[in-house]
Amino acid sequence: MKEQLEKIKQEALSALKSAREAADLESLRVKYLGKKGELTAVLKQMGKLSAEERPVIGQLANDVQEKLTAEIDAQKKKIEEAVLEARLEAEAVDVTIPGQARPMGHRHPMYIALEEIKDIFVGMGFTILDGPEVELAYYNFDRLNAEEGHPSRDWSDTFYFDKDSRVMLRSQTSPMQVHAMETKPLPIRILAPGRVYRKDEVDATHSPMFHQVEGMVIDKNVTMADLKGTLNAVMEQLYGPGTKTRFRPHHFPFTEPSCEMDVQCHKCGGVGCPTCKGEGWIEVLGAGMIHPKVLEMSGIDPEEYSGWAFGMGLERMAMRRFKISDLRLIFENDIRFLEQF
Amino acid sequence: MLLSRRWLNEFVPVDAADKEFAEDMTLSGSKVEVTEVEGEEISNVVVGKVLEIVRHENSDHMWICQVDVGEGEPVQIVTGAQNVSQGDLVPVAKHNSTLPGGVHIKKGKLRGVESNGMLCSYKELGMTDNDWPSSVVDGIFILESDPDLKARGLKPGDDIREVLGFNDHVVEFEITPNRPDCLSVIGLAREAAVTFGKPLALHDPVVKGGGPGVLSELLDVETPATDLCPRYTARMVRNVKIGPSPLWMRERLRASGVRPINNIVDITNYVMLEYGQPMHAFDYRYVKGGKIIVRRAENGEQLTTLDGNVRDLTDSMLVIADETRAVGLAGIMGGENSEIVEDTVDVVFESANFNGTCIRRTALALGMRTEASAKFEKGLDILNTLPAVNRACELVELLGAGEVVDGVIDILNFVPQPTKLALHADKINALLGTDVAPEEMRRILKSLDFGVDGDEITVPSWRGDVAHYSDLAEEVARFTGYNNIPTTPMRGVTTQGGYSPEQVLERSLGTVCRSLGYDEIITYSFISPTYYDKIRWPEDDPRRKSLKIMNPLGEDTSIMRTTVLPSMLEILTRNYNYRNKTARLYELGRTYFEKEDGMADEPKVLSLGLYGPDESFFTLKGAVEALLGSIRAEQITFRAERNNPSYHPGRCAKVYAGEAEIGVLGQIHPLVAANYDVDTELYCAELSFDALIAAKGSDPEYVPLPKFPAVTRDIAVLVDTAVTVGDLEGCIQSAAKGLLKEVALFDIYNGANLPAGKKSVAFNLVLRSDERSLTAQEADDEVKVILDALEKGFGATLR
Repeated sequence: MKEQLEKIKQEALSALKSAREAADLESLRVKYLGKKGELTAVLKQMGKLSAEERPVIGQLANDVQEKLTAEIDAQKKKIEEAVLEARLEAEAVDVTIPGQARPMGHRHPMYIALEEIKDIFVGMGFTILDGPEVELAYYNFDRLNAEEGHPSRDWSDTFYFDKDSRVMLRSQTSPMQVHAMETKPLPIRILAPGRVYRKDEVDATHSPMFHQVEGMVIDKNVTMADLKGTLNAVMEQLYGPGTKTRFRPHHFPFTEPSCEMDVQCHKCGGVGCPTCKGEGWIEVLGAGMIHPKVLEMSGIDPEEYSGWAFGMGLERMAMRRFKISDLRLIFENDIRFLEQF
Repeated sequence: MLLSRRWLNEFVPVDAADKEFAEDMTLSGSKVEVTEVEGEEISNVVVGKVLEIVRHENSDHMWICQVDVGEGEPVQIVTGAQNVSQGDLVPVAKHNSTLPGGVHIKKGKLRGVESNGMLCSYKELGMTDNDWPSSVVDGIFILESDPDLKARGLKPGDDIREVLGFNDHVVEFEITPNRPDCLSVIGLAREAAVTFGKPLALHDPVVKGGGPGVLSELLDVETPATDLCPRYTARMVRNVKIGPSPLWMRERLRASGVRPINNIVDITNYVMLEYGQPMHAFDYRYVKGGKIIVRRAENGEQLTTLDGNVRDLTDSMLVIADETRAVGLAGIMGGENSEIVEDTVDVVFESANFNGTCIRRTALALGMRTEASAKFEKGLDILNTLPAVNRACELVELLGAGEVVDGVIDILNFVPQPTKLALHADKINALLGTDVAPEEMRRILKSLDFGVDGDEITVPSWRGDVAHYSDLAEEVARFTGYNNIPTTPMRGVTTQGGYSPEQVLERSLGTVCRSLGYDEIITYSFISPTYYDKIRWPEDDPRRKSLKIMNPLGEDTSIMRTTVLPSMLEILTRNYNYRNKTARLYELGRTYFEKEDGMADEPKVLSLGLYGPDESFFTLKGAVEALLGSIRAEQITFRAERNNPSYHPGRCAKVYAGEAEIGVLGQIHPLVAANYDVDTELYCAELSFDALIAAKGSDPEYVPLPKFPAVTRDIAVLVDTAVTVGDLEGCIQSAAKGLLKEVALFDIYNGANLPAGKKSVAFNLVLRSDERSLTAQEADDEVKVILDALEKGFGATLR
């Protein structure tokens, strides 16, 4: 019997080695270990053995059974791995074929610039104000200290809806300063972006319609130092920490003192290059302390309150940020342009 | 404003390099645009003396010159000019020299003869006959033909730029409109003196006078239009000798961008540049009756101005006239009929102050903005007329150009009172956030020629822009330096920043549009009235009533749109014409409706527009559904809209939330597309932003997830083709007894094997109970109820 067991073991092991598929393994398992299998047949004859032989042969039979079971399991695992590998190989794709997601739409670059500015100011406690584009000259000019006869009131500069030059398309977002003073409780911190209109023919740097954003702060003890500090902080957020700025005297009818703010040219670091037209600085906005007459006209006591305001052109901001060379691209809305942003 | 630094230095010695000068002036408030060095492009060009000149053997027009260029050995130069003689001093561009316009001169051979450079004309040096009135126009510049050049004692080898004075540094300033005083050499000299801390040396004109005659007998001035002429000052010069002005004067005019003409005209321009006071010179012969009248023009009156144009005048314009006719357009340009000419004998110098707005409007109306009008329109110093006219007379005497008659005619219709302000140092520091000592403020103001008496400040007559303590603050800030003002962070009461619900919705709708693949566009708010025709709006459509711009740039931008549709169609068309295969666009734009008070309602409209091979009514509808879903709008229905003239009658719907109309969507009518020359299917949606706000649903509330499994059933029913999916769906929803959780269309079939006029519509039904697992029987019962209702409602039979 011992020889029989040994023979079964040898035969089975060699058969298992050459098994290549799960089905072969299964039939081998049936052939040797099944109820009618060869090993089972041998074990059935155990009763014929002597009491001395029985435990020895029994032990041997167990060993053979264990060995074969382990070998079948190992072989099964091997085959499964090979099958999986073959499947994965067969399923391989060409990863360079374009993806199939529906393309996302794109935000207009002008609005990218605006959203960024809005978020910065909202973070500093400003609210966003929306207002009319069809505006009274009274708000656009008179209340901003640009009296009758001011050149910007001319029909050559501003669009009007009536012969008396009463109703117009706002030429700046600054009338929002007055609307805010009339409607908002003090202290005021507002940002008012929107469309403005001037009678300029379309070219690479002009458009009869463009966008500005106006900002204003009115509170007790507000100073020009605050204006500088706040706008410097904004520029650092827009252009990165350490951005250098400078302030130049300028003139606006509704602020006094007035200034323009430049940032140092990012391209040349202030040495002068084509980007900054050799000046080393790039003008970004106009600002100033709100003229006491403007505060007074809106019923705010300039002895008690002071404020500052600024305005900047958004198209120019976006053009600088994305290196857009021609303003007409902004309003042309060619998707080959839009989809770059 | 162009400033000659040489001229400036006559009043204040500033030796700063150009870059430093530009920066410091800019930071004190006089913005420098650019600095140019005259003759910068000229190099290696010197004075040469022609020692010998002989004919070229192989040419009938060339000459071979031996020229002394101050280098010991003469150089040989071939010239084609015919006006050169032995002994002449001429400009010589030597071998390896440069001339304006990027011209590079090198030695070479001309018809076999070596030439080591070029003899130059003044044009080749970048100058004009106005610069050199005594020299020949064509040919080589014979330097000593100009008496002033001759007097300079030229010698061979001298640098030509030095000799010609063509080496001034010219600074271009952008002067803000509140500072007309800086449109003059003296005004900028005052700014420069304070900026660089140098003394300002002004000059009081001295006129000897003594010319023949008595002024009051020669000339009479009346100013009936007193409101438009605050001051009129005039003097007379007799026996003038018209001729070129001297070189030094021509050099300064040239550097300032003014063309030299003759001594009298040049003097008026010189004084205008120096003092900022426009001047005019009349030929006395043509002032009929010896009387100058400053009056309003008559409607229909005509005047031929110096530039030769006939001007039609109105009574809002101011003219200078004699007893019979206008001889000049006040403050803008003289008349041709009283122009200074070669044989002018007696001259009237006018130095007046005119109303700025009147001058500006006249110049604008006639399209003739001049150097003079640009100054007057900003409002000039009324006290400046007298020094200016005296300066002109002084220059006449200096140039020996005529005899000045004693006395001045000076009519003052308006006597200005000096502005006095109190110096509140504390208020100024509080406004600026600085700590400038009051003494320092006084020092700054004093150096700007403000009167300072303790805390009483008298504003100089030329500073009409200073009327308030905040203006004084600006003066202090300018000269302590804007960049020396400290920077402090935002202070004060904390305020709550943020976005309003409308602004949040605006943002989120944009985000949804982009996630659906739509690109954002920006279109003009104004359109052409013909665009309403293009979108087939009937003639009498009330929405055609648009705000009309009185002074538009052109027809295409002449009215405010009441619809965004043409704007969207224009951009779709443009992209289509650019051969972009597909486009999906959106804009949240305003429309404008006139109110009774002449102002406007400006409701916003969210417009979508698209075309492309994969687009259809349903891709657009899907986008609209997604948008409405994103704001959790409820009870959304789409109803066929056959009557919108801009849309395809069979492919257009109005969309509602409950009974509130949100907007319209659909395929653009092929006739509209044809109006835009587009032969593909265009799709647009116009959704009212206000309606979207109103339709915004409340925040979601969590509903427990189902505990029991759902049963699904597919049904396909045969109905008349006219029955809509919406009708069937509605019927299914209302028939169900509460187990139906979802119903979804999955097929519509119109195959030939169906009875005529019938279609098959298939739905997938999801049934579920929240209390227990459904049995098959329960599900079948529910489906039966639904099928019965469909049969009853639409004669639907199960397929």
